Amino acid sequence: MRKLKLVLGALALTLLLIVPAAPAQAAEIIVSAAGSLTNAFDAVKRNFEAAYPGVSVVTNYGASGALLKQMESGAPVDVFASADQKTMDEAVAKGLVDRATRRDFARNSMVLVIPADSKLNLKSAQDLARPSVARIALGNPDVVPAGRYAKEFLELSGQWVGPTQKYIFGNNVRQVLDYVTRGEVDAAFVFATDAMQAGAKVRVLQAADGKTPALYPVAISATSKKPGAKVFVDYLQSAEGQRILSTFGFKKP
Amino acid sequence: MPEILPDFLNGLLLPALVPLGLTFKVALTATAGACVLGLGAGYALSRRSLPGRELLDAVCTLPLVLPPTVIGYYLLVLFGRRGVLGQWLQETFGVSLVFTWQGAALAACVVAFPLVCKAARTAFEGVDANLEFAARSLGAGEGSVFVRVSLPLAWRGVLAGTMLALARAMGEFGATLMLAGSLPGRTQTLSLAVYEAVQAGRDNEALFLVLLTSLVCILLLLASGKFLKLSPNT
Repeated sequence: MRKLKLVLGALALTLLLIVPAAPAQAAEIIVSAAGSLTNAFDAVKRNFEAAYPGVSVVTNYGASGALLKQMESGAPVDVFASADQKTMDEAVAKGLVDRATRRDFARNSMVLVIPADSKLNLKSAQDLARPSVARIALGNPDVVPAGRYAKEFLELSGQWVGPTQKYIFGNNVRQVLDYVTRGEVDAAFVFATDAMQAGAKVRVLQAADGKTPALYPVAISATSKKPGAKVFVDYLQSAEGQRILSTFGFKKP
Repeated sequence: MPEILPDFLNGLLLPALVPLGLTFKVALTATAGACVLGLGAGYALSRRSLPGRELLDAVCTLPLVLPPTVIGYYLLVLFGRRGVLGQWLQETFGVSLVFTWQGAALAACVVAFPLVCKAARTAFEGVDANLEFAARSLGAGEGSVFVRVSLPLAWRGVLAGTMLALARAMGEFGATLMLAGSLPGRTQTLSLAVYEAVQAGRDNEALFLVLLTSLVCILLLLASGKFLKLSPNT
């Protein structure tokens, strides 16, 4: 009997905790953003919320392709920012975002990095063909824009060798970055902004852009009815928004 | 119909055989490991003389309670190229567990281990201590008591735990993804292949893999049910 009372008490307490959460204080907007934007958007969110106390931002980071799939299956997203044009084109084609609200807001570039303590003495992308290089990490080109850019670069320089034991595909660019900072792979393709986040843990060998420029578009979702979404997208393109992005290494579109 | 069949074979079934085979390889290796370790740990924990056994039991149960990502992180830190054990393995045997099927098996083994351990402890505790005393009084050593008295009596419980461990190992996802990654043909088991297919928007493939996984699990449950019923001392 005492145990039953304890369980009922715990249930009642849980209900008490859940109920007041229901009426939202500030208008909440959900922002799905490419993994490479993680740190930059955390900072944008902080500054934005300070400037507009009426709106609170919930961020959802992941590979652009994965975020698109979430929206397709009905995720209640208000703003979508991808790391490539292709994924956004698809979102427009599928009617998931409002075409008229689409804007490019940042530009990035690809780099080839190695762990800072690498002993393989690699100098450039040409050295990736050496037998001593056992593992090269890049994003899965099917889902991760940075992976697609990396594949383009390798194809352009005639080094793409198709599926091989050497390539380790990550589910998003930050996983790729994690692999190389831990020294689990010998080299990796990430965005310049990611390499900047990793700081002294990685060494940049060279620029590794493909033929498609890494231009980041943002758009408001077709189903969003929240005025805060437009305020956020405008803020991204404002001088203040661009200043914050630039501190994380993003360039103007 | 005849035109659809080759498409189905080449497009869905044949590519699915790779992750299916890998799933069995990883799960069976993991279960074998979990069975041996769990049996030993379960037996040790069932002995009242073991000092601090409730604390040890809690530690052994931990992988069952902790989120798989936590297990994955522990394993990555321990067995990574820069990890203590990872470095030792690399230098001594030239083996690296990260991004290999052996790594996936290790992750699945750690996660499945508590299921055997718990079941084995309960089963060994259920063995009448008088029978063990009788065996000792007749001159049997500890090893002999274990093999000829305790184990035959606890066998069914251990087997049930092992079946659960196999099921758990087959479905392992989080820890595997962190330690072994999701590399097609190398570490991508069925559960990881489903995740990748959904992420990439290959819905047909995802649906097929989901149905295949369900079918395999049903067959496994039926087989284990029959297997457990057939074993003697009911």
